[in-house]
Amino acid sequence: MAQYDVLEHDVLVIGAGGAGLRAAVEASAAGVKVGVISKSLLGKAHTVMAEGGVAAAMANVDDRDSWRVHFADTMRGGQYLNQWRMAELHAKEAPARVRELEAWGALFDRTRDGRILQRNFGGHRYPRLAHVGDRTGLEIIRTLQDHGIHQGIDFQMETTVVTLLKEGGRIAGALCYDRERGRFKVFHAKAVVLATGGIGRAFKITSNSWEYTGDGHSLAYHAGASLIDMEFVQFHPTGMVWPPSVRGILVTEGVRGEGGVLRNKEGKRFMFDDIPENYRTQTADNPEEGWRYTQGDKSARRPPELLTRDHVARCIQREVREGRGSPHGGVYLDIAWIKEKLPHAAEHIKKKLPSMYHQFKQLGDIDITSEPMEVGPTTHYMMGGVYVDPDTQMSEVPGLFAAGECGGGLHGANRLGGNSLSDLLVFGKLSGEHAARYAKANKAPSLPKAQVEEATRQALLPFERPSGVNPFQIQHELQDTMQNLVGIVRLEHEMIQALDKLKEYVRRAAEVGVSGNRDFNSGWHAALDLPNMLTVSEAIARAGIERKESRGAHFRDDYPDKSAEYGQFNIMIKKAADGGMQVIRQPLKPMPGELKQIIEEMK
Amino acid sequence: MADATFRIWRGDKSGGGYKDYTTQTSEGMVVLDAVHQIQAESAPDLAVRWNCKAGKCGSCSAEINGMPRLMCMTRLNTLDLSQAVTVQPMKTFPKIRDLVTDVSWNYKVKTKIARFAPRKPDAADGTWRMNQADVDRPQEFRKCIECYLCQNVCHVLRDHQMFDDFIGPRFLVYAANMEMNPIDSGDRLGALKDQFGIGLCNITKCCTKVCPEEIKITDNAIIPLKERVVDEYFDPVRKLFKMFTGK
Repeated sequence: MAQYDVLEHDVLVIGAGGAGLRAAVEASAAGVKVGVISKSLLGKAHTVMAEGGVAAAMANVDDRDSWRVHFADTMRGGQYLNQWRMAELHAKEAPARVRELEAWGALFDRTRDGRILQRNFGGHRYPRLAHVGDRTGLEIIRTLQDHGIHQGIDFQMETTVVTLLKEGGRIAGALCYDRERGRFKVFHAKAVVLATGGIGRAFKITSNSWEYTGDGHSLAYHAGASLIDMEFVQFHPTGMVWPPSVRGILVTEGVRGEGGVLRNKEGKRFMFDDIPENYRTQTADNPEEGWRYTQGDKSARRPPELLTRDHVARCIQREVREGRGSPHGGVYLDIAWIKEKLPHAAEHIKKKLPSMYHQFKQLGDIDITSEPMEVGPTTHYMMGGVYVDPDTQMSEVPGLFAAGECGGGLHGANRLGGNSLSDLLVFGKLSGEHAARYAKANKAPSLPKAQVEEATRQALLPFERPSGVNPFQIQHELQDTMQNLVGIVRLEHEMIQALDKLKEYVRRAAEVGVSGNRDFNSGWHAALDLPNMLTVSEAIARAGIERKESRGAHFRDDYPDKSAEYGQFNIMIKKAADGGMQVIRQPLKPMPGELKQIIEEMK
Repeated sequence: MADATFRIWRGDKSGGGYKDYTTQTSEGMVVLDAVHQIQAESAPDLAVRWNCKAGKCGSCSAEINGMPRLMCMTRLNTLDLSQAVTVQPMKTFPKIRDLVTDVSWNYKVKTKIARFAPRKPDAADGTWRMNQADVDRPQEFRKCIECYLCQNVCHVLRDHQMFDDFIGPRFLVYAANMEMNPIDSGDRLGALKDQFGIGLCNITKCCTKVCPEEIKITDNAIIPLKERVVDEYFDPVRKLFKMFTGK
């Protein structure tokens, strides 16, 4: 039997990106004992990659903005499948969540009168994104980290979850291992907050790092929680495409917010050709108006490059497929052209987009102040996630909470840029608050020792098969399958084919083997991540098959139109009693008249 | 493109040595890609830290041909591939395994530095007013990605291992970021002088040279902090003033 240590906490937070840190800060402020485990070192989570900004209707730049407009924008972007209560809370609370960061040391860019500056972004009617150049995510994670380390939180770095523990139907903690030595640790807790981020590693071309293997989604599912909106995977329109080693790395939407335009190889701004009906009245009809919008002209409408991400990604893919792409299979994103409009354009670009300048210069030998970038879609964000109560963030499993990307419901069919950083602040805080409250109100369940022992035994099995299947091999095949068969443009028979392949990967995953010992062994870590990736991949494919329409990020070539019928429900994924994956249509909850009216007014 | 050989340090705290791996290179490749390729082809248990692969998280610090660098931002076309490329872990920190070092000391040091303490809000809604010009300076320090390459290269830590007496360039930058934040009301100068060893820095600027974020660590953070410490504790006029007023 494997050895393990037991650590006691009131609230265990799994994940130390923005949502996890914000949850931990809130729970510790409520006076409970908080532990945080993070798969990497503290401050390295994917929140650092968020570039453009955090959306909050503070109305510092345009006083026409308010939570109502932000709410309506978020619902429109999500094609009205969003959990409206989450969208309402998010729009109302985001400004306070951003402001309190300043009290913890954050330094956002300023307006002329010394307030927090806000910038334009896709799908947001007014300039709404508080930002720090193009490194807003780093600012947020560092602020939360530097605040959190003084809050008495127990941080356990480079620690990964193997399974959640349950006792008597309630959450009882988690079994984990540390990367350094592979030692098992049992975190015995009254409440658990999942804040594990996304699932990008299930796809071949992604902006996500090795950590994003759908751990929280999969753990919650196996613990009995439902997943919602899993068919909606966001493909960010602009990832790097060249050189091959950087394919998928994100190019911030901020480039387009600052006036960057998309062109095909013929030099045409193709985004003007395809403007969806529900955005037509808000979109510029000529390049001049679009430019004025990016420069803060309140009478101008936004350029079509700033339409929602799902739409822009598909337009890019169409240009490439129809032979109008750039040499390496993308399109051109040009910010250098603004030198026709602005004096000192090169300095301006370097000031506004410093890390983009740096990234292209160093990784691609491209000077973005004088030449266009080549970009194409990259798997970026999971709209779907653990189904939670909007006001408390608790899942259907008592004591199990979820926040940030691994929580579901806020974004519906498509997330607006900037709504992720605000999501993790607003719902990170709520989840921490309610997890602490739950922990205070409930005694610790006893530790399910038999479950721990069985899980440790299973986790060590790959070492008994040193010549077994290479886990990286299955991972690569899975990534190809998801990219090719469940990607940006989907077809029923391809997704069914993907399910068949997934079944085979599950069988082979039971035969993976690793060599060496348990110290910092990436092969072993990949073997343990694999079941999570397979679970979320199956959920994506099954939900994708169920939704026979095209809406938001889910585009079906065999059902290219939106269907009113399918606009009436969310798709939920739940583990059935026989262990199989259940697909359930859950009707939307009726929206209060007051919110309906807001949406009508803003149309 | 041609094959290249990478001489990678393998081992743990009890010892180890260099092992050569040859792998095929392709256009645009960085050292981290080569390490990953080697991991996939012939050394699945090769230990390496990485995350963002875009120079934003500061996880993949190592010494490449003796130079402290981020592996993800070091293009192969900037190296001489006619000879083996040496890749070794950061020397200053204890080894864990292969390219992974124990950087936990840095996290402990940070908790000792007095936290950010804002003055009372300027506006009734609880917010502050700050000019961009005043924010520019600390914003430079907040670009830090905590890769610890500056700590690795600082001779006070690297050669003299004075971990108990000196917090290193990273945390002088961290302290400077708070000291120069327009709304901070904390005072860290006494601690910088007495506990954090700011006097041990003799401004050789090695830290500035290796910073992947190009923060002017020595000129913009350390020297101004040194000046503030000197003004506060060693200014003869002020000393006289203190002597008479007791303040």
